[in-house]
Amino acid sequence: MIAGILLAACIMTFAQIPEADTSRIKSSYYEVNDFVEENENCLKCHGEVKYALEDTLFGRVLTQYMCPADILDRDAFYTGVHRAFSCTDCHSYDYETFPHPLEARLEEMYTCLDCHGYDENFAHYNFEVIQEEFEASIHNIDEFSCWKCHDPHSYRAFIRNSQDIEEAVRYDNNMCLNCHSNFDRFMLLTDREEINLVESHDWLPNQVSHFSSVRCIECHTEINDTILVAHKILPREEAVKKCTECHSRNSRLMQTLYKFEVKEGRKGGFVNGVILNDAYVIGANQNDFLNWISLLVFGLTLVVILFHTVLRIRNNKN
Amino acid sequence: MATKKIYLYPVWVRLWHMINALMILLLILTGISMRYSTPENPLIRFDIAVGIHNVAAFIVTFNYGIFVIGNILTRNGRYYRKWRKNLATNLWKQFVFYAVGIFRKEPHPFPINEEQKFNPLQKFSYVIVMYLCMPLLILSGLGLMFPDLIAYKVFNISGLVFYDVVHIILGFVISLFVLIHIYTCTLGDKPGTLFKSMINGYHEEHE
Ligand code: HEC
Ligand code: HEC
Ligand code: HEC
Ligand code: HEC
Ligand code: HEC
Ligand code: HEC
Ligand code: HEC
Ligand code: HEM
Repeated sequence: MIAGILLAACIMTFAQIPEADTSRIKSSYYEVNDFVEENENCLKCHGEVKYALEDTLFGRVLTQYMCPADILDRDAFYTGVHRAFSCTDCHSYDYETFPHPLEARLEEMYTCLDCHGYDENFAHYNFEVIQEEFEASIHNIDEFSCWKCHDPHSYRAFIRNSQDIEEAVRYDNNMCLNCHSNFDRFMLLTDREEINLVESHDWLPNQVSHFSSVRCIECHTEINDTILVAHKILPREEAVKKCTECHSRNSRLMQTLYKFEVKEGRKGGFVNGVILNDAYVIGANQNDFLNWISLLVFGLTLVVILFHTVLRIRNNKN
Repeated sequence: MATKKIYLYPVWVRLWHMINALMILLLILTGISMRYSTPENPLIRFDIAVGIHNVAAFIVTFNYGIFVIGNILTRNGRYYRKWRKNLATNLWKQFVFYAVGIFRKEPHPFPINEEQKFNPLQKFSYVIVMYLCMPLLILSGLGLMFPDLIAYKVFNISGLVFYDVVHIILGFVISLFVLIHIYTCTLGDKPGTLFKSMINGYHEEHE
């Protein structure tokens, strides 16, 4: 017991982690977070590509790589939805020691519902329904959780607050591509072979154009009217493959990608006018006025032709 | 009654025209289908329509090149370049003929000969369609096919929207042209005469 305390004291005195380098802190961080300096105790290692251990007795410094998966970006953290948090709000205090103890690692993490469930401040997000949808989705496998898509250290409620659909599409698709174009992350969760997205979507023409103007979830989820972002990812066989689901007057995009804007109403006589701001979807954008004019012009021409024909026939008989 | 025969439509023009007419009809059909079909009632299944439209568009574009080059290199071009004087009056005369004169069995105001195979209305519409509408139609179509090549924003709206609107309006104009064109082609000596010329190359007329 005494020996143990002595040993611990030795380690405490002879080996230490260098002080945090406060030059990485930007003043904007203080505006959103009250624990900026405290967080640096973690970020001095987890915000850098390398970290140092120092032996105070002999002055020897050992510099090591930080595993890339354990590095997080300060700017992203302080602009994410949980920017006001300290690391230890979610992580065990046991992480304050290094090497991190096993108990800390095995501690169960909070789920979104632990904090957001049945809370009227967040009722408009309808977390409970999202939870149900996730449970029914194909991703409901061991060790998968909301956090896998919603990076705990950077997630932003993007589409809800975005004016630029194209940017939102990119943001949301990157959430999927994190795994679906990064096999290292994918294989952590499953024994399945790598899925080549380009090949499994080779039936879709203009892939680049489609993937930058619609989200993966447009085709891969079931529409749900009670939440903004549908979460029930369906098995491959049930994904949307029919072009007219989007390329038609009652495009499903109005119930998915453009849902938030649709509520603000139609603009300028274009059916599905909201889509027009960002993309032109063949078949989905139609102008009622132009439709009628073109029909009228065509009709009148036909009438004239018919009239002319009848006159010619009668004239020939005479 | 003797018939006068003039060779007006060389083989290349007839071939060009045959391919052009077939492809344009396909384009109109698939174009309308893409624009107006619904999941429940696809005129033509969307992806098939897109496929056909793309292939036909390629052929028409290539074929259009042949039309332009052919009319530069051969004598057929002069029918498009040489204009009679007083265009506006001539157009009006021809129009009055179609509206009134034709029923009174009046003679054609601009009889066809080796130098002028089109009447003023024909010529005017062919030149507008072939040298104004078609190039714009093709360019806007190419813009839609290769969106990375086009300006991202035109007049402050998405480039695709701009090209699409141009494309659809011109598609409409050409469709209207085809309708009228086919009808006016029945206005020859007999309803079938002009179609026959476009097949055997000879214009026929009673003296
Ligand atoms: C001396 C640098 C250093 C400090 C300070 C540090 N960590 Fe770590 N942490 C690491 C390294 C290195 C790893 C990866 C190696 C490992 O898992 O031990 C790691 C891993 C982790 C992991 C992943 C554990 C796992 O099982 O994958 C978490 C979570 C973590 N740290 C949280 C924290 C928190 C929270 C703080 C601040 C209270 C903190 N760390 C402070 C260096 C540090
Ligand atoms: C809102 C809660 C929350 C906050 C705040 C938070 N984390 Fe995390 N962190 C998590 C969760 C949940 C995981 C597990 C993610 C998973 O399962 O993929 C995690 C994982 C980690 C990991 C392991 C690597 C990874 O990304 O999966 C590290 C390292 C880490 N956190 C460090 C930090 C540091 C440093 C801070 C403070 C700047 C911090 N965390 C703040 C919830 C949080
Ligand atoms: C430890 C509790 C906790 C956990 C776990 C948690 N959150 Fe939060 N979350 C909060 C708090 C508190 C806020 C409000 C922060 C603020 O206003 O600065 C918040 C804010 C948000 C917001 C923004 C709400 C708004 O209107 O500004 C979203 C979206 C959100 N969280 C989503 C999630 C998701 C998704 C998860 C799970 C992946 C999750 N949260 C997990 C506590 C938590
Ligand atoms: C397969 C990936 C994935 C999983 C798993 C996932 N989400 Fe999401 N979630 C998304 C995407 C993509 C968005 C859209 C992000 C954006 O642009 O706002 C989103 C958005 C949200 C939003 C914001 C919706 C809004 O109204 O603005 C909430 C809240 C949310 N998710 C909660 C959850 C919860 C809770 C879970 C777990 C039960 C979960 N998510 C699991 C992908 C996922
Ligand atoms: C954290 C990693 C991860 C993220 C993020 C992720 N996926 Fe997956 N996805 C997986 C894994 C692992 C599987 C294989 C599941 C299994 O074992 O069946 C999978 C399978 C799939 C499948 C195939 C289902 C089938 O029937 O074969 C689809 C479709 C899919 N994901 C879509 C998405 C979409 C859309 C998103 C974004 C909203 C997304 N994924 C985000 C890991 C991920
Ligand atoms: C236009 C609709 C559409 C879009 C957009 C789309 N997918 Fe798919 N995806 C499908 C369809 C349909 C299938 C099934 C293909 C098949 O079975 O032939 C599929 C298959 C898949 C599979 C399973 C492939 C396999 O071989 O098991 C995954 C994973 C997947 N998609 C992920 C994504 C991701 C990630 C994105 C976004 C970058 C995305 N998809 C965008 C329609 C779409
Ligand atoms: C999830 C909805 C969705 C589905 C399903 C879909 N598309 Fe699209 N498509 C779009 C959107 C949105 C655009 C507009 C792209 C842009 O603005 O860049 C588009 C554009 C196009 C374009 C024009 C490309 C360009 O770059 O201008 C073609 C051609 C096309 N789609 C064909 C198809 C075909 C064929 C299918 C079926 C195999 C299909 N699409 C299925 C949403 C969809
Ligand atoms: C199925 C549809 C069509 C039919 C039945 C048809 C029929 C004819 C006929 C009978 C002629 C010869 C009479 C004349 O010179 O005016 C002709 C000529 C012509 N047609 Fe068409 N046509 C069709 C489609 C088109 C289309 C789609 C275009 C162009 C977009 C077009 C452009 C022309 C031109 C430019 C000429 C004159 C060619 C020359 O002699 O140099 N036609 N057409």
